[in-house]
Amino acid sequence: MTVLRVSDAPTGEDVLIALSDVSKSYRRGGQIVPVLSKLTFDIRRKEFLALMGPSGSGKSTLLNLIAGIDSPDHGSIEVGGEDITLLPEADLADWRAANVGFIFQFYNLMPVLTALENVELPLTLTSLGRRDRRDRAQLALSLVGLSDRVKHLPSELSGGQQQRVAIARAIVTDPTMLVADEPTGDLDRQSAEEVLEIMQRLNRDLGKTIVMVTHDRRAAARARRIMHLEKGDLSYLVEQRLE
Amino acid sequence: MPLLLAYSLRNLYVRKLTNLLTATGMALVVFVYAAVLMLDSGLKQTLVATGEDTNVIFVRRSAEVEIQSLIDRRQARIIESQPEVVIGAEGAPLVSKESAVLISRPRRGGKQASNVLVRGVGPAALAVRPQVRLAEGRMFRPGSNEIVIGRALAGRFEDVEIGSSLRFAHREWKIVGRFDAGGSGFDSEIWGDSEQLMQSFRRDFFSSVTVRLADRSSFDTLKARLEADPRLTIEAKRERIFYEEQSRLLSGFIQMLGITLSVMFSLGAVIGATITMYAAVASRMMEVGVLRALGFRRSRILVAFLVEALLLALVGWVVGLSFASLMMQVKISTLNWTSLSELAFRFVLTPEIVLRSLVFALVMGFLGGFLPAVRAARMKIVDALRVA
Repeated sequence: MTVLRVSDAPTGEDVLIALSDVSKSYRRGGQIVPVLSKLTFDIRRKEFLALMGPSGSGKSTLLNLIAGIDSPDHGSIEVGGEDITLLPEADLADWRAANVGFIFQFYNLMPVLTALENVELPLTLTSLGRRDRRDRAQLALSLVGLSDRVKHLPSELSGGQQQRVAIARAIVTDPTMLVADEPTGDLDRQSAEEVLEIMQRLNRDLGKTIVMVTHDRRAAARARRIMHLEKGDLSYLVEQRLE
Repeated sequence: MPLLLAYSLRNLYVRKLTNLLTATGMALVVFVYAAVLMLDSGLKQTLVATGEDTNVIFVRRSAEVEIQSLIDRRQARIIESQPEVVIGAEGAPLVSKESAVLISRPRRGGKQASNVLVRGVGPAALAVRPQVRLAEGRMFRPGSNEIVIGRALAGRFEDVEIGSSLRFAHREWKIVGRFDAGGSGFDSEIWGDSEQLMQSFRRDFFSSVTVRLADRSSFDTLKARLEADPRLTIEAKRERIFYEEQSRLLSGFIQMLGITLSVMFSLGAVIGATITMYAAVASRMMEVGVLRALGFRRSRILVAFLVEALLLALVGWVVGLSFASLMMQVKISTLNWTSLSELAFRFVLTPEIVLRSLVFALVMGFLGGFLPAVRAARMKIVDALRVA
């Protein structure tokens, strides 16, 4: 069991996400397979954290728990002081809509919607009118450099462009944190660099807290901290100074 | 258009072949359902149009149809002398003392013979029934062996046309005219002079007496007085109700047959829709996972897939009803089981049928889409995303 508390650290920066005693196991073929065991650690506000580790180490499960799309067997996950493990299903959905932006490995855009509509989609859950939604989606697309691709369907875009649309969709509601699961895993080097550059900018300039699962060392190098997971437990934490 | 609706519509378009086949299945059921209702409504409309609310028909007590009824001349005179009966322009009461007899005629094209109702009418018959007017030729002359035919008979029976003669009741009857009874049951009848016809058929009694009221609200008084009169063994009914009742047996059968067929067919269509929607859910698990992750509640996912199934049903409804509406051009002629005479009528599309078939289609869509939509809504987000 590893305990890493920000309060223990000399920086004393405020905590956005606090995991306490979090365990998670899966049932596979009648057997219970533990994935995370009694994990306790904090993620600071405006953090850019990379989660690394071998396959099956539990990093994606950890990301899902933080993002509120899976629930732990034990323990609490506080985000901004609110324990999301106590939220009922529907409230948790509302919480995700307001607080979390998702970036997936395979972009996961809606194939029948245009780039603009894909970005607009999360805004349909807000009280914004149609014109405001369109304006915001346009703005988000321009932030990722895709103002000229608004009418294109995902199938008409390259992998890198699709991932940038996915980033625009993730930030359009101005969420507190972004979670990214292997965001460069399906991209060529150049596209991957572009995507990472955008993510770094979002963290640095807009203060977005980012938690990113990656296998890619070059991707992890963009983060402020790298957390290594080994068999469901934290093995070590690297603090990086970025230029 | 709301984004989620556009999303559902475009997804339907993406899997257009499968969805088209499913919608076609639903269209077929809607067609059958609507066509049966149209048939029933055509039958009812024809028989209801036969009667007028201001007319009262008198038949022998407990006789359901005119051919079962006997009213003798004395009774007929009592009925026509009632003060509620309107007096016509010629100073005579508007009364038609009628005899109704069935004759069997071969149908055109070598088909089997069928029954045609021959109605002997009094001189005031046309004044009593303003919906009946001469369309071609002339009216029969009183006291002659001339007859006129309803427009629905022409072309359906051998030799039933103006200028030809029919032989029945030991006499030759010359057809001198054709009348139009506004799509009512009279259109399927032969009319002649009642005294002549009664003589030929060797009867000395009428089948019914129809009177026109000066004031339609006087019906209850007239009915009460005459039904209580010990000299009369008659029953008074508003003419519209009398003919409407004649549609019940056949209408009941059509409705039962139609509903049985529709329910059986719709089971197939619902299963088809369920399979299609399950396939739609299975191919879009990733999308469901993403929508849920983005904050869409389970209920919205449920609604989104239900809307898709309902849109599918809506397409089926439009196609099915469009084809059914073409049936309005078709004329049906069949034996009315109550009067035992041949009756011609059309498929009639009413606003009620439009609405009922819409509800029917939407219920099919709802039933077909419900289980797949529940499955989509209940999916665990991480499982759905793993599929990607």
